[in-house]
Amino acid sequence: MRRLWAVFRKDLAIELRTKDSLNTMLFFGIVVLVVFHFALRSGEVEARAAAPGVLWVAFAFAGTLGLNRMFAAEKENGCLEGLMMMPADRGVLYLGKMLAGTVFMLAAEAVIFVASLVFFNLEVWGELPWLALVFFVGTLGFTAVGTLLAAVAVNTRMREVLLPVILFPVVLPVLIHAVEATALVLGGADRGELKLPLAVLSVFTVVFGTIAYLLFEHVLED
Amino acid sequence: MNERTSSRLDLALWGILGIAMMAALYLALVDAPRERTMGDLQRIFYFHVAAAIAGLTAFGVNFAASVAYVARRERKWDRVALCAAETGVAFLAIVLVTGPIWAKPVWMVWWTWSPRLTSSLVLCLLYVAYLLVRRYLEDPDRRAMIAAVFGIVAFVDAPLVWFSIRWWRDIHPSPMLESGGIDPAMRPAFWACLAAFELLLVYLLRRRCALEALEEELERLGRLAE
Repeated sequence: MRRLWAVFRKDLAIELRTKDSLNTMLFFGIVVLVVFHFALRSGEVEARAAAPGVLWVAFAFAGTLGLNRMFAAEKENGCLEGLMMMPADRGVLYLGKMLAGTVFMLAAEAVIFVASLVFFNLEVWGELPWLALVFFVGTLGFTAVGTLLAAVAVNTRMREVLLPVILFPVVLPVLIHAVEATALVLGGADRGELKLPLAVLSVFTVVFGTIAYLLFEHVLED
Repeated sequence: MNERTSSRLDLALWGILGIAMMAALYLALVDAPRERTMGDLQRIFYFHVAAAIAGLTAFGVNFAASVAYVARRERKWDRVALCAAETGVAFLAIVLVTGPIWAKPVWMVWWTWSPRLTSSLVLCLLYVAYLLVRRYLEDPDRRAMIAAVFGIVAFVDAPLVWFSIRWWRDIHPSPMLESGGIDPAMRPAFWACLAAFELLLVYLLRRRCALEALEEELERLGRLAE
């Protein structure tokens, strides 16, 4: 547990010093929102309907950037070898990285979300806690498998380029349920309907969290 | 060398496969009755579904071999996993080509985002991603291990994809296999096609694995010669 915390704090500290990837994630997310505005040629009404999907695409792209950066930086500096010497299960390394990735993604999501409120003209004050819950659970699902696949991608010859290609098909169930859950909240549906998507997202997180925890060492080992 | 590339078993398989394919063709194209609303067009169903099931079988083989590699770390399991993924993608390609051909006259569109279509497409993408991961890893041992991890992730993901898409996107009537089954007169053709495609899968897998083993040997000899 202490070691998990150490990995987590290390990644957080690096990021807070430089803020490189967080800034990039934020602005890329906002760029995606703007691009979608034109891609959809949206008027006010359509924009609102498209908001959940557009938001999650922006989150997913920003998250991919963040996850990539998290491992690419380690690889470039040869830090991964150092980390692997940590006297702990490699699974702990995975959990620490995954938590750090989740925190970055959530931070980026908060800002992208505020931008989307302005762009899409949404009024959601009453639903904020529910949206936060959906974002949190969805992001956990995304990073649970994303952290593992980022470690896979960074080991290949293509490096970061490969991550979106291998991550998006795998993470599709998360995106589907997260988008639907967000749409339910924004559409003012009965909160009971959120149970199914939130349950599926949690199951996804637990299943892939476990697989990744167990297999992470095989991905890293040299 | 000939012994290894083509064993007697392979020759026997080749023979049986030829007969099975001919029988399947006859049963599906001649013997099976014409469907009432779709006419002869429906006959594509036999090949379409058989290819889909063979593709799924191949991905199951990939998963089993991936697990075996992680547990045992024996080269042969990596070979089997690779060959199964390639063969599975080939079968899925048959599915994704015959599907629209069938859909255009019947549904009036080449493609609809129905659960089955979407899941097949995503499944195909998953295993193309698997092959991509392999392609960009140089070291054979690293490649085998990382590919095995991805193979496991992909296979566990497949049912989740299927249910996710089904829960939210199911706008089409459930296909004939579920509602009431196929007409008894069409069953021989269906089972024959299924058997023929599964045999084809076994044959392709065996040959592809033999080829892969040769390529590995060649690579090894090449390194020795340097």
